[in-house]
Amino acid sequence: MTGSRAVAVVPAYNESGAIGRVVREILAARPGIDVVVVDDASTDDTAAVAEANGATVLQLAFNVGIGGAVQTGFRYAVEEGYERAVRLDGDGQHDAAEIGRLFEPLERGEADLVIGSRFVDDGGSYRPPFARRLGIRVFARLVSLLGGQRVTDTTSGFIALDRAGIELFAREYPHDYPEVEATLVALRSGLRLSQVQVEMRERETGASSITFVRSLYYIVKVLLALLVASLRRYPRLEGARR
Amino acid sequence: MTPVRVSIVGVLASVLLILVVLELVRGRRLKERYALLWLATGVVLLVLSAWRGGLNTIAGWVGVTSYPPAVLFAVATLFILLVLLHYSTVISKLTDENVELAQRIALLEERVGRPPTGPRSPAG
Repeated sequence: MTGSRAVAVVPAYNESGAIGRVVREILAARPGIDVVVVDDASTDDTAAVAEANGATVLQLAFNVGIGGAVQTGFRYAVEEGYERAVRLDGDGQHDAAEIGRLFEPLERGEADLVIGSRFVDDGGSYRPPFARRLGIRVFARLVSLLGGQRVTDTTSGFIALDRAGIELFAREYPHDYPEVEATLVALRSGLRLSQVQVEMRERETGASSITFVRSLYYIVKVLLALLVASLRRYPRLEGARR
Repeated sequence: MTPVRVSIVGVLASVLLILVVLELVRGRRLKERYALLWLATGVVLLVLSAWRGGLNTIAGWVGVTSYPPAVLFAVATLFILLVLLHYSTVISKLTDENVELAQRIALLEERVGRPPTGPRSPAG
């Protein structure tokens, strides 16, 4: 790496079928990067597989949800003094080969938070079902409106952070369905945002955790969180930039 | 006017509530902090039950003319809502603290060196 240490934070819950390959691909795509898999109290051998493939494993004592798991990784990054972090899913849907492109705006010092977006330009191949596409668009519009900056994808989960971003998310990160709200918190805290077009792969193993009732809860919860987040005051992080 | 029997039952019920809460605190099964709202509920209901003229006056203020004890129910309901809301905030705080503990343990275990990784037995 060019002088600054980077860490990949990978939350995983019962992903023993995919996690080994995910870890290997990150290490291959970005030699020198450290991989931290946060095992959210899996009941399979996710932790052992991750460790055998070269990851550092943080094991949560009980299931805390994706946001709480991701935040554990960011806290680790703060404690260990990492300057950069990238967050990828443990199921392999984020392509490790694109980590370098996510880091570029950070390396140029242009951004504190880089979102790997599926919708920066129309060339992307990701075509979700209508309802889901509508939801993604609505949330993106809403966050753009409330955050005062155009955001194209608030639910991708494939993000990169500099030290200021890591510190913010180690402190402030929603515990369930966190991505949309976290994006707004970042904007309102004054993080500079950059977006990079990425492709997402189909899930390799496991099933998406979104069902109908959950989607309903998801939508209502996120809307409430956005409302509350825009009423809250967040300290601006101008001083944290370098 | 409030029927005398309603007043008597109201006084007895409030006194019982206050005594039960005090006994729970005495036996350390309820923290003072969480007993205060219950005690306030008991005292307010006791006052409104015993002070019959007061209940009538308050009922008049809020436009309840036919049956003043309805105000007693309304006040009791309001206090129960307050207690429940208070508990929701307590649960939220506990949840956050619980997650933070799990996170810190995970970080600590990594630092001191874990026993070999394997699936955890389900908590509880």
